Amino acid sequence: MLESITPEKLMELQGATDRAQVAMGMTFNVYHENKGVEKILPLDIIPRIISGKEWSIVERGLKQRIRALNLFIDDIYNNQKILKDKIVPEDMVYSSGNFLKPLVGMTPPKGVWCHISGSDLVRDEKGDFYVLEDNLRVPSGVSYLLENREILKRVFPTTFRGMNVRHVSDYPNMLFRMLQQLSGKENPVVGLLTPGIYNSAYFEHSYLALLMGIELVVGQDLVVNNDKVYMKTTKGLHQVDVIYRRIDDTFLDPEVFNPNSMLGAKGLFQAYKKGNLALANAPGTGVADDKAIYAYVPRIIKYYLNEEPIIHNVKTHICAEKEGLNYVLQHIEDLVVKETNAAGGYGMMIGPKSTKEEHEKFRALVKANPRNYIAQPTLALSTVPTLVNDLIEPRHVDLRPFILYGEDIEVLPGALTRVALKKGSLVVNSSQGGGSKDTWVLYE
Amino acid sequence: MLSRVAESIYWLGRYVERAENYARFIDVNFNLMLDLPPGLKEQWEPLIAATGDLDSYKGRFENFDRLETIYFLAFDLKNPNSMFSCISKARENARTVREKITKESWEKLNEVYLFMKEGVGNEIWKQEDPREFINSVKYKIQLLYGIGDNSVARTEGWYFVRLGQFLERADKTSRILDVKYHILLPSPKEVGTTLDILHWMALLKSVSGFNIYRQVYGNIEPAKIVEFLVLNKYFPRSIYYCLAEAEDCLQKIYGSASKGYRNSAEKRLGSLCSQLEYSDVNDVISLGLHEFLDDLQLKINHISDAIHNNFFRIGDSLSKKQQTQ
Repeated sequence: MLESITPEKLMELQGATDRAQVAMGMTFNVYHENKGVEKILPLDIIPRIISGKEWSIVERGLKQRIRALNLFIDDIYNNQKILKDKIVPEDMVYSSGNFLKPLVGMTPPKGVWCHISGSDLVRDEKGDFYVLEDNLRVPSGVSYLLENREILKRVFPTTFRGMNVRHVSDYPNMLFRMLQQLSGKENPVVGLLTPGIYNSAYFEHSYLALLMGIELVVGQDLVVNNDKVYMKTTKGLHQVDVIYRRIDDTFLDPEVFNPNSMLGAKGLFQAYKKGNLALANAPGTGVADDKAIYAYVPRIIKYYLNEEPIIHNVKTHICAEKEGLNYVLQHIEDLVVKETNAAGGYGMMIGPKSTKEEHEKFRALVKANPRNYIAQPTLALSTVPTLVNDLIEPRHVDLRPFILYGEDIEVLPGALTRVALKKGSLVVNSSQGGGSKDTWVLYE
Repeated sequence: MLSRVAESIYWLGRYVERAENYARFIDVNFNLMLDLPPGLKEQWEPLIAATGDLDSYKGRFENFDRLETIYFLAFDLKNPNSMFSCISKARENARTVREKITKESWEKLNEVYLFMKEGVGNEIWKQEDPREFINSVKYKIQLLYGIGDNSVARTEGWYFVRLGQFLERADKTSRILDVKYHILLPSPKEVGTTLDILHWMALLKSVSGFNIYRQVYGNIEPAKIVEFLVLNKYFPRSIYYCLAEAEDCLQKIYGSASKGYRNSAEKRLGSLCSQLEYSDVNDVISLGLHEFLDDLQLKINHISDAIHNNFFRIGDSLSKKQQTQ
C-alpha cells in the first residue's frame, strides 16, 4: 500500500493531518507545566495492521484476564479467599494505596467492578503478545482511537475500503448501553464526571459526553441530598442515576476519601452505598492494577478460572519478595525498574539506557522501599513503519485495546497504538514524546 | 441544562459580541482620524473612556498614542476586555462546554483564537494600518454567527448565547453613542460643523448603520441619530431592538408565553423594554444623553445580575447549607 504513494505525498498528508488536529482543538494539557500548554498527540498517518487471526487471540485473552481480575477485586473486598489460600500475600494487598477500606463488604450491581478497562500490550520479536500493565481505574485514550480513525478514513479512503477493516464507531453506543444498564431505572440519567478543563484527558471527557449525548459534569454541578445525587440546572435540581467518573477514587467524596478534594461531591459515596447511584468504574478497582499485583495475575487467572493465561505477562521481579529483591539489586543495569504506584511513564528507569549514577540512585530507592518497586527485563519491543521527517523508519510501539464489562465482556475491535517517536526510545507515553497510530483490525 | 453550562454559554455570547464591537470601535476611529483636518491631534482617549477602562489604561500607559491604544483594546491580555482577552475567554468557556456547542461553531471559534494569537506574535499593532487584521477578526466572528444561525438547534443553549449577545450589544451600542460625549471638539462653536457631522457619520458607520440611516432619516441630525440608535424598532443594533430580542430569549428559556413576568430577570428586562418602547427621543435628550446612557448601562448590569441569580445560582443554597453542616 505504501509503495504506491510517494514520500512527498505522504509528507503532505501528514502535514494536513497535523493541521486538522490543531483546527479541531484535539489537544491535551501536559501535567507539571503551566496551564494553557496545549499539545496535540501527534498522529502518524501510517496505520498499524493486525490480522483477524492475531486479534482473536488478543480478544479471548483480554476477556479471560478481565473476568479473572474482576473476580479478584470482588473477592478482596468480600471473602478474601485468595488471601486465605495464600495465593497472593496479604500484605501485598493491604500495603497497596489502592486498597480502599470503605469498600469492604460492598458488591456493586451484578458483581461488576471494572466496567471500562484498557490493558497495555506489547509484542516481542517473535510477534507474541504480552500484557505490560492493566488499567482498571480510569483508562484514557479511546477518543484518540476514534478520532484517528476518522482522520485516516479521510486520508486513505480507497485503501481503507479495500482492506476490510473492522469498524470502531460503535464504541459510544456500546459504552452508553453499558452505563444505562447499571441502573435499575428504565431511562436513567447518566453523567460523565470530569476533573475539568485543565485535566490532560479533558478533550476525551467532553468528546465522549458529546457522542453519548450525556451531561458532562464537574464536582460543583453536583449536590447530594437525602443520599441522592442531583445536578444543578437552570430549572432546579435534577437527579442523576449513573456516573461515568473520570476522576480518581480518592477524589470522589471528601467525606470518605481525600478531605481536600474539590473534584467530587460530599455524600456521593453514601448515595453509592445505598444503591441510589451507580458508578463506573466502581471505586476500589485499583487494587487489581497495582504494578505489584500484576506479577500475580497469571496465578489469579489460574485460581479463579482454572485456565492457563492466553496472553502472558512480561516476566516480573517483585522487589517485596526477597528473591526478587536480590535479583534486581544484582542486575539493575539490565532491567526496567518501575514504581508500583506511578503512571504515565514517570518514576521508571530503563537500565540499559541509564547512567551509572541513575543505576545507583534506583538501587538505593529500591532498597529503601522494596514494596514500591518491580522490575522487568528490557523487551525487544516490536517496531512498525513510521513516518519520520520524509523517511519511513521503524519505531517501537505498544497497543491499548479497550474492554467493556456490562452484561457480558466486549472488546472493541481496534486499539490505540502508541508509538515512541524518538529513535530507539521505548517510552510511548504522550507526556514523554510519544505519538499515536490508527490500528486496523481486519475481519480476516 | 446545567447551570454551569448555561453560565458559560451566556458569557461566551457576551465575550464574542464584545470582541466584535471592539473591532468596530477600532476600525471606525482609525477611519475618522484619517479624515481629520491637518493640525488636529488624533483622539484615542474618548474610545478608551467609552469602554469604561480609562483608569486601568492610565495606570499603565502615559499617552494616548494610536499604537498603544490599539494594543490595549485589541491585543493586551492584561486588559480583561481586550479583543484577545475576550476571544481567549470565549474559547475557554467553549472548551468547558464543548459537548454543548456544534463542531462547526467550536472549530470556527478556535480559528478566531488561533488567528488572534498569530496576530499577537506578528505584533499587528505596530503596523501602519492594522485595519485589515481587525476587520478579518470581525468577519470571522460574523461567520461564527452565521454558522450558529444555520446549524444550532433552538433549544435552551441557543437562547442563553443570544441573551448574552444581545445584552452585550445593547451595552456596546450605548457606549458607542457615548463616545460622542467624550470626543472634544476644538471649541463649542464647532457643534454642527463639518467636523461634528464627520463624527456622527463615523459613529453610524461603526454600527453598520450609515446607509440605512440615510434611507430612513435623511439628514445627519444628532437627535435623529439618537432616536435611530436607541429607540428604532427594526435596526438590529439599536438598543431597543437588542433588549427586545433579549427579552424574547428569556421568555423562551423560561417557557413563558403570556404577558407579565415570572422572575426578577424578566421583571427588570421587561420594564426596561417598556420604558424604551413608550419613550420618544425628547425624553432621552431632556434627561441628558450621557446621563440617560449611564442609567441604561446600570440597568443592563442589574438585569445580568438577576439572570445569574435566577439561572446560574439555583442550587447553591443547598450546597452552602451542606458545607456549613
